[in-house]
Amino acid sequence: MDSAEPILSLKGIGKSFYGNRVLADVSFDVGAGEIIGLVGENGAGKSTLMKILFGMPVISETGGFEGSIFFNGKEARFKTPFDALDAGIGMVHQEFSLIPGFTTTENILLNRESLNSSVLVDIFGPRISTLDRATMESRAKSAIDKLGVTLDPNMLIKEMPVGHKQFTEIARELCRENVKLIVLDEPTAVLTESEAEVLLSTLRLLASEGIAIIFISHRLREVVELCDRVVVLRDGHKIEDFPAKGSSTKQIASLMVGRSMEAQAKIDAASAARSTQSESDARETILSIENLWVDMPGETVRNVNLSVKKGEIFGIGGLAGQGKLGIPNGIMGLSPAGGSVILNGTPVPLNAPRAALERNMAFVSEDRRGVGLLLDEGIDWNIAFTAMQVQNKFLKPILGGLFLWRSDAAMSNLAEEYIKLLEIKCTGPGQRAGNLSGGNQQKVCLAKAFALRPDVLFVSEPTRGIDIGAKHLVLDTLKKYNSEYGTTIVMVSSELEELRSVCDRIAIVYEGRIEGILPHTAPIEDFGILMAGADRDEAPVALVGGN
Amino acid sequence: MSSRLRNFFIDNAVVILFVVLIAIAIPVSGLPGTFLMQEILTRLGRNTFLVIALLLPIMAGMGLNFGMVLGAMAGQLGLIFITDWNIVGIPGLLLAMIISLPISVFLGWLCGSIMNLAKGREMVTGFILAFFMNGLYMMVVLYAMGSLIPIMNPELLLSRGYGIRNVVGLDGVRQSLDTLIPLKIAGLNIPVFSFLIIAAVSYFIIWFRKTKIGQDMRAAGQDRAVSGAAGIPVEQTRILAIIISTVLAGIGQIIFLQNLGTINTTSSHEQIGMFSIAALLIGGASVTKASIPNVIVGVILFHLLFLVSPMAGKNLIGSGMLGEYFRQFVSYGVIALALVLYEWKRVTQENDSRATLRGGGAPAAKEAKGGAA
Repeated sequence: MDSAEPILSLKGIGKSFYGNRVLADVSFDVGAGEIIGLVGENGAGKSTLMKILFGMPVISETGGFEGSIFFNGKEARFKTPFDALDAGIGMVHQEFSLIPGFTTTENILLNRESLNSSVLVDIFGPRISTLDRATMESRAKSAIDKLGVTLDPNMLIKEMPVGHKQFTEIARELCRENVKLIVLDEPTAVLTESEAEVLLSTLRLLASEGIAIIFISHRLREVVELCDRVVVLRDGHKIEDFPAKGSSTKQIASLMVGRSMEAQAKIDAASAARSTQSESDARETILSIENLWVDMPGETVRNVNLSVKKGEIFGIGGLAGQGKLGIPNGIMGLSPAGGSVILNGTPVPLNAPRAALERNMAFVSEDRRGVGLLLDEGIDWNIAFTAMQVQNKFLKPILGGLFLWRSDAAMSNLAEEYIKLLEIKCTGPGQRAGNLSGGNQQKVCLAKAFALRPDVLFVSEPTRGIDIGAKHLVLDTLKKYNSEYGTTIVMVSSELEELRSVCDRIAIVYEGRIEGILPHTAPIEDFGILMAGADRDEAPVALVGGN
Repeated sequence: MSSRLRNFFIDNAVVILFVVLIAIAIPVSGLPGTFLMQEILTRLGRNTFLVIALLLPIMAGMGLNFGMVLGAMAGQLGLIFITDWNIVGIPGLLLAMIISLPISVFLGWLCGSIMNLAKGREMVTGFILAFFMNGLYMMVVLYAMGSLIPIMNPELLLSRGYGIRNVVGLDGVRQSLDTLIPLKIAGLNIPVFSFLIIAAVSYFIIWFRKTKIGQDMRAAGQDRAVSGAAGIPVEQTRILAIIISTVLAGIGQIIFLQNLGTINTTSSHEQIGMFSIAALLIGGASVTKASIPNVIVGVILFHLLFLVSPMAGKNLIGSGMLGEYFRQFVSYGVIALALVLYEWKRVTQENDSRATLRGGGAPAAKEAKGGAA
């Protein structure tokens, strides 16, 4: 595959958003007919790299990028995605960008329709011509034929199985006359295994015709199977660039998640220190989840089974979109859910947020500004709100209990207490929550949950979007709260390191199911394999208590 | 089969409801069949054009164009001018349309641009915009005309010397379209030429849907983001849909008023949006889907109900006023009903489409359960 002249050549690409570096000095080449697998954890910089390649406006709006891109032998600096498309780069997105009420043909040729000529064109311009349906259909058919699959050109998108939608998207990119490179972002994520197989052979077919392909996927087995070379990104750096042949998913997984030795040692030390104090395996089960499904858009949960011990910190990890966020949102009644959730031996009604709160569970949502806070109210209101609504706290009876009156003084005292405890930086208990920084908002959310004195506390992405100092404080607070009050904490996070430093056991979610549960002391490669969907054909990964 | 029947009832709930209502009301009203036939023919010729003006914005995903009232105002201004200049017959109507054209285009552009700032809330925006423009229209008609804008015919003006009278008679152009090609079958007058115009505009709509702009409009109506990403100028296409709708509404209002023969200067335009929209919805259209058959069925059903309900009310309760109230109730009520049904249908379909994501499905292939060793 060492073609003399690469189709695409990235040289020293770097990018930072508002001083936050997300890509540094990434260089690699893609030859004609070559399939490159681009892998990395969430936040490794894959999507930023693709945004740069496509000239997405967000890049230039945030100060452009470093390095240079050579496409087809010339330096390319695309100003808009349309320039990239004109140059011959096609992109198949993770989300289907198809129009549901249009047919396959109409979608493939969207805004590139064949037109009948008409005298009116001279007066009103080309958009007044009628569509030439016959030619459109034959053009669509020839694009579909290139894929080597059968698609009905007259079927409506909304009536199609998911796999056909994906093929329609690819056919749309192929239909451009000069396409030389196609980027596929997680094309198999929504497909069944057999559909994915067909897609992979289609991609091989395209590559054999000289089209270069960048294949972004979390399914490492497919990457190994399909690609000629694999490029691994981690924390914005290119870690490795090697031939896929002869490599293993395990090898790639450890490259993806591997941290610098120093950080690793620190975590291991911290973990080891903790493992001595939490040896109590004989603890009773407080929460058991069976056959849970949750319909949360983008985080669908299919079938989750797990049990959480009283007083432990239980971690739930996994890559974005696999369903880890759906679990707490389903249990707390925020997304439609089914299955059984048993707390302290009695079932929790699902789809009823109030019932979940009344069972003494609390939730710190990942959607801080949407679900977590009343942005226009003060800190005191925010902290006391749920406890007041659900547990009648901070209310004083008037006229012998005929009315319940809000006790502003009690709320204010509570707020003062948590402001001190969690070091919330603010002007006072009355400051609007919307005016606080991300980290301080998160502390208010935690305080709100603490005010409920919950038996089980769900914390979802507690450190997302907050600075390092605040991160430590939030995690330390959780640990302290757990040890002081014995509260069971279920923490959901995309950051594996964070889970490993805080939790006792960590479940990894993959495709809406628990792929495996590991103790925090397990080697990081094992987590990586679970996150990438362990080779399901191999023996299940050794689980639990393996230290 | 039963689910297909259920879907048929869900899809046509509004039409079925009104057919049943009318089937009950016609015998109760005691109105003769020939009278009803004649009235329906007249009203088809009078109203259909206006209702057709609503079709393109629906296709462009902008919902029911309450802003069509703006076009009606433009049409009325055209009619006031030709009455003042005393240009009669078909040339008068043509001139009125020509005068209304630039005003409609400007108002349509304004309306479309404002709706682009309020995407997803086009209907309420159009509704309020119509109220706002009504104020400007009143100012022009009641203050500017006769003072800033010269009006030669003193009979048009209020006694104070400026401002147009409450009622403007259109004797010069009255029914000149309807009677251009006279045809009488079984004692019924048929407005042949008006029907021909309606056929022509229907053909225009059908043809327009097949053009590239029509395709872009459909695409933008279904998904703005995807259409924009494919390079379709979404905002411009949406404005165009509203401009065409406004222009058609202006011409439609002229056709409507030439049949009636008088303009209520301050109120003729006001209810036309409401009545046209109610008629379209009764015909089985929704906020996102409407066709020419919906228009024709809707006009027939809506006006049948309009005709028979006062008499039916009088005969049942002894009060014709009840029927009047019922008319109002029907036109507002059907809009509310159709919007609620539409939302209900949307939620049902959304839940149906997510059905596969709900429920446990097969147990996990390899259940990797936790639990300490």
